[in-house]
Amino acid sequence: MARKILEVNEMSAGFFVNKEILKATDRISFSVEEGQTLCIVGESGSGKSVTSLAVMRIIDYAGGMILEGDIKFNGEVLSEKDQDEMRSIRGNQIAMIFQDPMSSLNPVFTVGEQIAESLRLHQRKSPKDAMKMAIDLLREVGIPSPEVRARQYPHELSGGMCQRVVIAIALACRPELLIADEPTTALDVTVQAQILDLLQQLQRETGMSIVLITHDMGVAAEVADRIVVMYAGGIMEEGSVEEIFSKPSHPYTVGLLKSIPGFEAKTEEDLYTIKGNIPRINQLPGGCRFHPRCPHAMDICRREEPGFFQLGNDHKAACWLFEEHSDESPLSPRINIGSQGEVTV
Amino acid sequence: MSRQLSNETLIEVKHIKKYFPIKKGLLSRVVGQVKAVDDISLEIKKGETFGLVGESGCGKSTLGRVILRLQSATEGQVVYNGEDIHSLGSGKLRDLRQDLQIIFQDPFGSLNPRFRVSDVIGEPLKVHTNMSGKDIDARVVELMELVGLDASRRNRYPHEFSGGQRQRIGIARAIALNPKFIVADEAVSALDVSVQSQVLNLLAKLQRELGLTFLFIAHGLNVVRHISDRVGVMYLGKLAEVGPTEELYNKPLHPYSAALLSSIPKPNPALKRERIILKGDVPSPANPPSGCRFHPRCPLAQDRCKAEEPLLREVLPGRQVACHFPLLEEGDLQRMASGRLG
Repeated sequence: MARKILEVNEMSAGFFVNKEILKATDRISFSVEEGQTLCIVGESGSGKSVTSLAVMRIIDYAGGMILEGDIKFNGEVLSEKDQDEMRSIRGNQIAMIFQDPMSSLNPVFTVGEQIAESLRLHQRKSPKDAMKMAIDLLREVGIPSPEVRARQYPHELSGGMCQRVVIAIALACRPELLIADEPTTALDVTVQAQILDLLQQLQRETGMSIVLITHDMGVAAEVADRIVVMYAGGIMEEGSVEEIFSKPSHPYTVGLLKSIPGFEAKTEEDLYTIKGNIPRINQLPGGCRFHPRCPHAMDICRREEPGFFQLGNDHKAACWLFEEHSDESPLSPRINIGSQGEVTV
Repeated sequence: MSRQLSNETLIEVKHIKKYFPIKKGLLSRVVGQVKAVDDISLEIKKGETFGLVGESGCGKSTLGRVILRLQSATEGQVVYNGEDIHSLGSGKLRDLRQDLQIIFQDPFGSLNPRFRVSDVIGEPLKVHTNMSGKDIDARVVELMELVGLDASRRNRYPHEFSGGQRQRIGIARAIALNPKFIVADEAVSALDVSVQSQVLNLLAKLQRELGLTFLFIAHGLNVVRHISDRVGVMYLGKLAEVGPTEELYNKPLHPYSAALLSSIPKPNPALKRERIILKGDVPSPANPPSGCRFHPRCPLAQDRCKAEEPLLREVLPGRQVACHFPLLEEGDLQRMASGRLG
């Protein structure tokens, strides 16, 4: 088994709002192995972005805090470090890419200066060397004529180009872990394909680990080794990408996959829907947080929150349906995905 | 498909152009034009859903707005009921607005925050009909129930509703006057998957029950596949391809459609698909390339593509494509993916 580079244990993170604590993530645990890509999948309000902010410890600046649990990176406990120590890790060993490439770049510096900055700060390079390396990095992320582009400002580049620049900044110090929060959501599909390709290619070359946060099951299927499905602050299901897509088991994962339109030929039938809306984090239902929307909800789901049940090798789900059927679960609402991506129940 | 489509044309778009001037300097001299929509013709049949896809900046939203005359066209006609919408006088246009409605993308920005929901939905009734306040209220209740909202909440404000519910409010407002034709401009793009499927089902239900015709504009290719009968693919202000949905998705004829469709991520890790990765970015519509607008990014481009602009023509029954070398042969797609063609 490969070395675990990131371990999150029973971590809750949240915000103080009107003297109340709002838990955006609720005792979540997961880990990332070296060279692996972990996808955190969920809809808005599921706590996936808060998870990434907590791992980077920038949640402190966003008005929140880690409430319990710990985060280990390479065996060091990140959640106990002070911000000075974090500053030497952030951007150096752990880097992050945000959703909107246009607003994560500084409009008054050239892109070359912005890439060189982290090299000067973390690796004490001279400005001249740093700029040279910045140009090499631009070439590496597939930007044509990098010498010219390095002297340009963000507004002179397209959205896809800006995201490449952001990736170059993130990769400047050869991080061991890259956290990408919806890196392609703001981009068109053809550009998204380019960026996902680039990330996979860079991972092969540098051996870094990636945590990719996305709401798109399609993107997850494409790049992930492991998948964590989150809903309203909790982890619903976790497993290898093959397990999650061939044997989705938690009713939420199943619903999420079935409600994706357009992977099969158009039929007269309605699209599968998950009834109701995503709850707000201050109005979570008791018991299982998914039970008001779950087609299989039982009495116990309303009373008690389920723990994880193992569903075979490297696959677990937090659902009472699997209590007595830990191994092979006849109750499990299985769906199959055919060779063309069509979904059948 | 069991639903019978009529052959009657509801809306005919003839050579529509929409140019936006680029102004510069103290005297605001016009120094160029952004050709957002450049000579597009299409027909939308009664009762069908016509899907319009394309990347950002290709002009699909502008086309939708020009069809409704929310923006005036630079040139061309939109014929509805035998009349050109763009040459109607203001009185007649106002009457016509009852038949033609729009659902906007952003359920947060498209509802007036100071209006109660009953006012939002009832406003078109107030403007266009002589209904009494009581009748309007009854109609609002009926509409809210039709789109699946709790009518007892009609005296609340938009911020008290979730994104999916707000989009339902927008839909209720659009169907309030029993329109014939609705432009849905990215109507479900801002919603989460689980809520998006609810709204898509609602739109399909309304179409069945009210006999609506939709122009469904979206960048989400899967959504368009699910809901549309026919699809038009736009690139830089032009239609690249038009065809029945399933035929187009199964066998795209234009290299751009092929690349666009191949870049949809599929929720199946076993499918290590043959992706066609396009080089570069979409060029600026202010200065489109010569000849075929797609030629600088097209893996199959030849000399003719640089010089001569391909016109939209019918190459197979019901399938139009604007390309000198459409992908007609079996296996063209695979060769394109591996870059061995051309």
